Amino acid sequence: MMKRRTFTTLAAIAVAAAVALPAAAQETLKVGAVAPKTGPLAGGATVTYWPNVQLWVHDVNARGGLDVGGTKYMLEVVEYDDQTNPGQTIQAVQRLVNQDGAQIVLPPYSTGLNLAAAPIYNRFGLPMVTSTATTDKAGELSQQFPNVFFTLGGAQGIVGGVVEAFTALRDRGDIGNKLAMVNVADAFGIELMGQAKPAFEAAGFELVYESSYPLGSQDLSPVMKAAKAAAPDAFIAWSYPPDTFALTEQAIVEDLQVGAFFTAVATAFPGYVGRFGAQAEGVLGIGGVYADGAAFQEYAARHEQVTGAKPDFWASAMVYSSFQVLEQSIEAVGSFDNAAIIQHIKDNAFETVIGTLDFDENNNNTSFWTVGQWQGGVFKGVASTGREGAVEVLPKAGWN
Amino acid sequence: MDVIVTGLLLGGAYALIAMGLNLQYGMARIMNLANGEMLVAGGFAAFWFWTAAQVSPLLTVFLVAPVAFVVNWLLYVLFLRPLVARAKSRGQLEVDAILTTFGLSFVAVGIMLAVFGGDYFSYSYLSFPVALLGDTYGANRIAAFLAAVVICGALWLWLTRSRAGMSIRAIAVAPESARLVGIDVRRLAALAFALGGAVTASGGALISTFLTLDASTGVLFTLKALVIVIMGGVGDVRGTIVAALLLGLLETFVASVIDPGLTLAAAYLLFVVILLVRPQGLFGRRTT
Amino acid sequence: MRLSSKDWQTLTFATLALAAAACLPFLTAGYWLTIGVTIAMYTVLSTSWALFSGPTHYISLATAAFFGVGAYVVGYGIEHLPYWSLLVIAGVIGAVMAALVGLTTLRLSGVYFVIFTLGLAEFIRQVITWVQNWTGQKGIYVLTSITEAHIYWQLVGLAALVFLTGWLIGRSRLGFALRIIGDDEEVARHSGIRTARAKILLFMVPGAVGAITGAILAPRYVYIEPILAFTPMLSFQVVIMALLGGTGRLWGPIVGVIPFTLLWEAISASFPNQTTLLLGLSFLVIVYLLPRGFVGLIDDIRARAGREALA
Repeated sequence: MMKRRTFTTLAAIAVAAAVALPAAAQETLKVGAVAPKTGPLAGGATVTYWPNVQLWVHDVNARGGLDVGGTKYMLEVVEYDDQTNPGQTIQAVQRLVNQDGAQIVLPPYSTGLNLAAAPIYNRFGLPMVTSTATTDKAGELSQQFPNVFFTLGGAQGIVGGVVEAFTALRDRGDIGNKLAMVNVADAFGIELMGQAKPAFEAAGFELVYESSYPLGSQDLSPVMKAAKAAAPDAFIAWSYPPDTFALTEQAIVEDLQVGAFFTAVATAFPGYVGRFGAQAEGVLGIGGVYADGAAFQEYAARHEQVTGAKPDFWASAMVYSSFQVLEQSIEAVGSFDNAAIIQHIKDNAFETVIGTLDFDENNNNTSFWTVGQWQGGVFKGVASTGREGAVEVLPKAGWN
Repeated sequence: MDVIVTGLLLGGAYALIAMGLNLQYGMARIMNLANGEMLVAGGFAAFWFWTAAQVSPLLTVFLVAPVAFVVNWLLYVLFLRPLVARAKSRGQLEVDAILTTFGLSFVAVGIMLAVFGGDYFSYSYLSFPVALLGDTYGANRIAAFLAAVVICGALWLWLTRSRAGMSIRAIAVAPESARLVGIDVRRLAALAFALGGAVTASGGALISTFLTLDASTGVLFTLKALVIVIMGGVGDVRGTIVAALLLGLLETFVASVIDPGLTLAAAYLLFVVILLVRPQGLFGRRTT
Repeated sequence: MRLSSKDWQTLTFATLALAAAACLPFLTAGYWLTIGVTIAMYTVLSTSWALFSGPTHYISLATAAFFGVGAYVVGYGIEHLPYWSLLVIAGVIGAVMAALVGLTTLRLSGVYFVIFTLGLAEFIRQVITWVQNWTGQKGIYVLTSITEAHIYWQLVGLAALVFLTGWLIGRSRLGFALRIIGDDEEVARHSGIRTARAKILLFMVPGAVGAITGAILAPRYVYIEPILAFTPMLSFQVVIMALLGGTGRLWGPIVGVIPFTLLWEAISASFPNQTTLLLGLSFLVIVYLLPRGFVGLIDDIRARAGREALA
């Protein structure tokens, strides 16, 4: 069988070795990572997940390795492609633990794949600090799988943030209360739409247009035309990457004049501003970061330097932070005793690139970014459930 | 009114997606499940030339088409001709072609992942509004529609006026008789397949101006193209164009008037109804 | 029913093989059990697929549709009904779906059937999401205490049922009719066989089995979402494995499933970045070097050995 070292790890080890640590004192430690490289979710994982695995391993090795009870371990990644198939995810985790002898297994990518893998992580007793799963069922899930932690937040928190941002705009007089809202007809979009409708009505908004479209729709111009015909003051789309791009383009083409324009997943991707340039200015989206904070800026610079790609302004930093939680817990415990590591994660707060991260009694991180906005070419967090560094939300100017 | 124009613009894009497959399946008798990957590859090329050197996708087409032609010619000669020679019946060729081209589609996805990575690629080209009949439409869609008209028109003229084109149509209708009257079926089938690939890749370059693609999306386009080709009638250019426009109109109508959530379901229903009423497709000839 | 001594041999051998397979969870609870679940799942799906597609030569790509429906039956029902009843319900729904699809399309020629079944999974996925959207349904969780070993045993049990069904069909009048249809449909029609009815009845087998398999695997998914439950890849994998094995014999698919699963596993383990590429290449190798599957290969070897024995 082939050696499964990735090129990066080899390079990182070569660099570290050249820096003159005596080779004999080096122990290597296998770190398992499984996420889509192909299949429907590969696009998102390529932006958000894989570069962070590379960066984290690079960072740990660059500072001399992971310190476990006085021994320094250099990390070596074993990566598997689960082809966006839960069966493959489970199989790969089994393989990592039983065949490859991986001591650390990083969490998978996306809500569905994380939850499908939760029972197997649980059976191995592995700590699983998820970073790309959104759920409102943290309570129930952490009872069944006490080793699983959630960091990215759920629909309730996100909807709360969006309502807060829109209410702020309305109360300042930047927008009226007529709202057009659409969603992608998939678990994600349906759940958020279901939460958002009553929440916006309770906040005094009037829903003048609502609709959904199937995942994989190739033409969203009818949706945008109909939304425009309803003459809304603000537009919200609970959308996935391809439709986020398509809806924004249609809004530009139709010249949708709204004071607030919100799209969901992929708005925070660097590719969004790459495609729309100055027209992205003022667009609101799901997620956000403390973009002006030193921690994030330093992280973003390293991300670009090591992986050659920019991080996104939402889950990227969260993925990296969840790896940091694992890293700090293992070092603090000083052994690979997973039960002790899990307890340590429950009991402590961690300093990460997104700030302090800690968990409530349901293993749930309760303070996360919910809404961001493109301001001057940077996607800045404008609303969160208790993160510092939010900037003032601005009204959307015209597209052209 | 704007429903009709939007629907026609979408139908034009669909015609681009399906026309190449019709040549490959209808004329060369290869049900090509790797068709969508060729389309994505064309889109990749357009994306790459635009972001690297600001070369307009409308110009990239002139580079993409000949390259795709050669690549598909080679694919046909290397992989598919042995199957045609080996097949004892049309049915067996169909099964073999499905398996082979499905394998090829995997290989193509693998190569594209290795070369370009799994990231979404999208760019902005001609994404400004154009006023038409009192409403506004994306300029890139109009450009793609016009290109579809040019490509389909040229194909139609070539197939009905030129000697090679008429021979190709002959092998689509009756391959055995075509051989008897001295038509070089082997060579023309390869020509039709290569041409189909070139049309598909050009279509990909054009639609990438307004659709977001990634290395794994090809199969969605293959599916749509198959549905259109079969609805229109295998091997008939007019049928494909009519079916593509019909599908575009229907989807836009359902999305605008009924519910955008039902567009794909409606498209599938249309497909079923046409198959039940006219199993040979809109313009297809009834076989035995 | 009268059984010859050869039949008894076959039955005994099959029972022993299944009993041996059922012991796997006692030997390993880890990696190999997970592989075992994959092999059992594809054995069930490919064998039932070949029961229909072998004699009729129709290539069905509807497996993902049946599988997804089964998973959703459990997803919706798990909080209201006992788990076992859901398996039955899934099977019935799968069979009815297959009958409806068969009624509309099995009169058409092969290609249309291929496309129709390929689109079916997509269509059902759209309809389910539309209904979910319309009712404001939230994500579906299947939280149970069912373990990997339970899932494995259920699949082995289902495999036993599928093999038994196949064996009984082979001995029945339906099986006889199907063999004639497979040889020449015209002849079959002229000799008074109701070909459409036979095909529809047969298509209900993979329909029911696919849905039950989806239902059995739903607890493994924990979170059911359309994009994962209706993945079109599943349909293609089932076809490839069955054809690699060979559809002429009841045991044909299983000799395709086992090597293919292990090959796939070896490829994903050794070349995680080139999985797709290498799978595609191994596909091509299969088509060009093993056109009649392993069954054909084994028959050739037997025939050669037989000739040598005679000479």
